[in-house]
Amino acid sequence: MSLDEIKIGGMGASRRRVEDNRFIRGKGNYVDDIVLPGMLHMEILRSPLAHARIKSIDTSKAWAIPGVRLVMTGEMMASRNLAWMPTLSYDTQAVLATDKVRFQGQEVACVIADDPYIAKDACEAIVVDYEPLPVVVNPVQAMAPGAPLIRDDKENQHDNVVFDWEVGDKDGTEKAFAQADVVSKLELHYPRSHPSPLETCGSIADFDRATSKLTVYMTTQAPHIIRAAVAMVAELPEHMIRIVSPDLGGGFGNKVPVYPGYVASILASILLERPVKWIEDKTGNLISTGFGRDVYLRGEMALRKDGKILGVRMHTDSDHGAFFSDAQPSKFKIGLMHSAFACYDIPAAHLTARGLYTNKAPGGVAYRCSFRVTEAMFFQERMVQAAADDLGMDQAEFRRLNFVRDEDFPHRTAFGFLTDSGQYAKCLDVGLEAIGYKDFLKQKEEAKKRGRLLGIGISTMTEPLGAGNSREYDILGIKMFDSAELRVHMSGKAILRTGAKSQGQGHETTWAQIVAHELGIPADDITVEEGDTDTAPFGMGTYASRSTPVAGAAVAMVSRKIRAKARKLAAHLLEVSEEDVEWELGRFYVRSSPDRGVTIQDCANAAYSNMPDGLEPGLENTAYYDPPNLTWPFACYIATVEVDPGTGVWDVLNVVAVDDCGVRINPMIVEGQIMGGLTEAYAMASMQFITFDAEGNCVGSNYMDYLLPTAWETPGFELHEVVTPCPHHPIGAKGIGECATVGGPAAFVNAVMDALKGTGVRNIDMPLLPDRVYEAFTTRRDISGMPPVKTED
Amino acid sequence: MYPTRFNYESPKSIAEAIALLHQGGGEAKILAGGQSLVPMMRLRFAAPEMIVDINNIPGLDYLTVDADGTIHIGALCRHSDLEKSSLLMAHQPTMAAAAPVIADPIVRNRGTLVGSLCHADPQGDWSSVMMALGGIVVAQGPNGRRSIPAADFVKGPFQNMLAFDEIAIEAIVPAPKGIPNGGYLKLERRVGDFATAGVAVAVESSQGLIIRAGIGLTGVGGSTINATAAAQSLVGAPLTAGSIAHAADLAAQAAQPRSDHRGSASYKRQIVKTFVVRILSGVVESMERAA
Ligand SMILES: Cc1cc2nc3c(=O)[nH]c(=O)nc-3n(C[C@H](O)[C@H](O)[C@H](O)COP(=O)(O)OP(=O)(O)OC[C@H]3O[C@@H](n4cnc5c(N)ncnc54)[C@H](O)[C@@H]3O)c2cc1C
Repeated sequence: MSLDEIKIGGMGASRRRVEDNRFIRGKGNYVDDIVLPGMLHMEILRSPLAHARIKSIDTSKAWAIPGVRLVMTGEMMASRNLAWMPTLSYDTQAVLATDKVRFQGQEVACVIADDPYIAKDACEAIVVDYEPLPVVVNPVQAMAPGAPLIRDDKENQHDNVVFDWEVGDKDGTEKAFAQADVVSKLELHYPRSHPSPLETCGSIADFDRATSKLTVYMTTQAPHIIRAAVAMVAELPEHMIRIVSPDLGGGFGNKVPVYPGYVASILASILLERPVKWIEDKTGNLISTGFGRDVYLRGEMALRKDGKILGVRMHTDSDHGAFFSDAQPSKFKIGLMHSAFACYDIPAAHLTARGLYTNKAPGGVAYRCSFRVTEAMFFQERMVQAAADDLGMDQAEFRRLNFVRDEDFPHRTAFGFLTDSGQYAKCLDVGLEAIGYKDFLKQKEEAKKRGRLLGIGISTMTEPLGAGNSREYDILGIKMFDSAELRVHMSGKAILRTGAKSQGQGHETTWAQIVAHELGIPADDITVEEGDTDTAPFGMGTYASRSTPVAGAAVAMVSRKIRAKARKLAAHLLEVSEEDVEWELGRFYVRSSPDRGVTIQDCANAAYSNMPDGLEPGLENTAYYDPPNLTWPFACYIATVEVDPGTGVWDVLNVVAVDDCGVRINPMIVEGQIMGGLTEAYAMASMQFITFDAEGNCVGSNYMDYLLPTAWETPGFELHEVVTPCPHHPIGAKGIGECATVGGPAAFVNAVMDALKGTGVRNIDMPLLPDRVYEAFTTRRDISGMPPVKTED
Repeated sequence: MYPTRFNYESPKSIAEAIALLHQGGGEAKILAGGQSLVPMMRLRFAAPEMIVDINNIPGLDYLTVDADGTIHIGALCRHSDLEKSSLLMAHQPTMAAAAPVIADPIVRNRGTLVGSLCHADPQGDWSSVMMALGGIVVAQGPNGRRSIPAADFVKGPFQNMLAFDEIAIEAIVPAPKGIPNGGYLKLERRVGDFATAGVAVAVESSQGLIIRAGIGLTGVGGSTINATAAAQSLVGAPLTAGSIAHAADLAAQAAQPRSDHRGSASYKRQIVKTFVVRILSGVVESMERAA
């Protein structure tokens, strides 16, 4: 009899997260928990100014402090050709500043000492003489004639433009606009925010002179990419580098780039021949490591009177900070921004994108999203609402009218993506039903008569998750496939390793469930291990919701390879030919006599103790998976709000989420991901942003100024599901980790804008802080987050 | 985040603590709840040479009400003690309204009201509450005790009237002469956030007339603001829509907010006005309910 898949923790089981056992007991093993014999501590001295020439650095007082082992400056790095390092996007970034500092918080010097207190004291004893330079804090200033040149270190760089890029059909789009009855326009800023994982970045570099081997424990979402980068920067052979990413306290895209601190700790360990630990403090993390977003978007939509969208034009000016150091697939300079409008059937579209350097920390990491998809979907759904309003159409009906229909898949989007599956209208219906759409509209009208402002916001979107395929997606030329290696022991227990790297997603739990589904080995019998480049198969790591679509697929495929071999062993044990063997979960049996069978565990035992002649012993294998396409989950988020006209404060009344991420491996984990994502969406909409004053000072360098929502103010969420299996993924799954962060913000903003409908206000830039809402409501004009930010009255 | 080197002392009596402060000659700091001092030390905004931890001095954690209604809050009485106090809920609505909106539950478990007054943060909530209530801080130094009105206790941003070798022993809310009423409203961007603007209103009424009023403003000036003209305008008359609106205007005028990333000066003034109206309208409702 076949096993009960839920009982063995297979697909569809809301199995408890196995990793939580150690996390809840305080037994996690984070980088800062690791203590090596003879370990020293590193601190970084950061620039207080956003743009300044370094005239001199005097380290003598730091060297004089007892317990100081090494003081490193840019000059010293330069003498070893390490002052600059390549970034993951073909730019360069200063490891320690030599010529000038280009953002507040930039790394200027490092001290390595016996303990972190001494290192901090010594950093304060370093005297740097700066000559302040004019500061550029936004794209408008960056493009202005005569703007100070930020990257004067680069040959052939004569302005602050990082790239100019375009995609789509320019002429076709122009034709669409020529035929339009109505043209709707929208301009907005998606503000800069910081992924802010609770654990900051850090590393322990341990160079062993005797073996010439470098081991680095570090906070990275992509250990193998880091190994490639370290091999390049430190000019060490790859087999002499071991990167270990232990437990991670969150990543959210912040732990993909290569940071100067990692490189400095490596050099220090090589020079001192002792382990060197660097643990960034919270302020260091918030002001210097990979930001997200910070894009100015404007666009217009060509519309027919009956509501049909004829074409879309978009332009983005993205603020990358001083170095283009976020990882983007090399073909697509502004990531997957052109996935915008993918769920709508639009004949023509054109996007132009300009990237700009500013005197801000390097930005643009995929903060819980797939390469700029968050900005794309936010603009899309804000634009859709504005267009529906301009046409005087119901916002739900306008969406339904323009959705790609179920029978139209596969569908080529106007920007060239191939979407392959979905039931968009059904998801919308489930959402409208759950929120009580018609009733709410009535309630809203009633409330209005009594001076109360209610609003409802909808956001529907499909987004491309799970890069690659290798034809189109690479980082630094390395194609974006992934891998899994499965070793089934003699007892039928197993260890699985993948090239992904969990940082809270629960891979240890869900990967085992995929194996259980494919092989019938109970999930509890499977250990999952990731993050050590000496043991894990080569993979591109975890970000962009790629783990389940790519590494998860590899897990299914390697399990199938194991099953194929186990079938041979079963035939041998059952003394029949392979063709006569049938499979049911966990067991092979003889077709003609189903009672005669052997379990997968029996086969595992035979692989080591009783294999047939000519068959290799053992039951282990590896699979590399290169997905044929991205996966395209769909989501419908609806929020209702009430705005307080006396203060501009808005309260969330209800939130409904309908997610179609295909087949759900572990429904509980999926729901956790959606709730986490909606929390971040609410955060973006309501409070979470990092801004800069006119001097380039970062306002938001700590958790009192940079607001992350807590359980206290986060609203409740009601979750629903629709399942459209992914047609090309081996188990029908699609990405889900980021959908709510990506699609959620527009639902909240649209709801507040809906509450203000009729006041003439078309846009308030996020976050919708009470003062912005109040000002928009009372002055009846749009509120732009456009810097220079106001500081004084 | 590593503070500079400091000496740590843990006295067992007030006299011992005062002696240590005296010995420290201005370089020593009291540690009460540590919810303001410790973050400042970690950020190296404060670098005291000596920490005098008063948490091991017995008998400072009290919250008592005298027979006449005078309230005493000891130096180690925590925000959470005040939040959970049924005494305050019954007798002191302004304090009862403020306690649960200070910081977050974790900070409230350690932070103290007296420490908050001493810290003199213009965005601290208790200073405006104490001003509105006409509260008093009792200080003790080598030369004995003295009482300082809360309205005079704050000298400027993060500066109080204590001498370097004085400890604030307790805060006192004087006995009310009428029926105490009032409230505290705070605009925050998130739980645990300091006030973008906060308004404390404390009134005492007798036979339908306001016989005493105090209004304190949080976060809308270089230090806590005592909106005396606004409060005074209410005294000697019943509360009406007109008198409330007038007091709200005067309070908004008394505010000296600055525009920053939390909002423009005019917005913050508007919040002050809205809050004064909302608190006093609530007072009217509760008086009507009582009558
Ligand atoms: C995350 C966070 C959020 C917060 N939010 C708010 C908020 O919304 N509203 C608010 O009002 N506060 C807020 N606070 C501050 C909190 O209320 C503090 O508890 C309070 O400001 C100081 O009290 P304390 O007992 O912790 O003092 P400490 O931190 O121990 O001391 C503060 C200062 O006062 C001095 N001091 C303390 N006690 C005495 C005494 N008895 N005699 C003489 N000097 C003394 C100390 O030497 C020090 O200089 C927040 C704090 C944190 C960490």
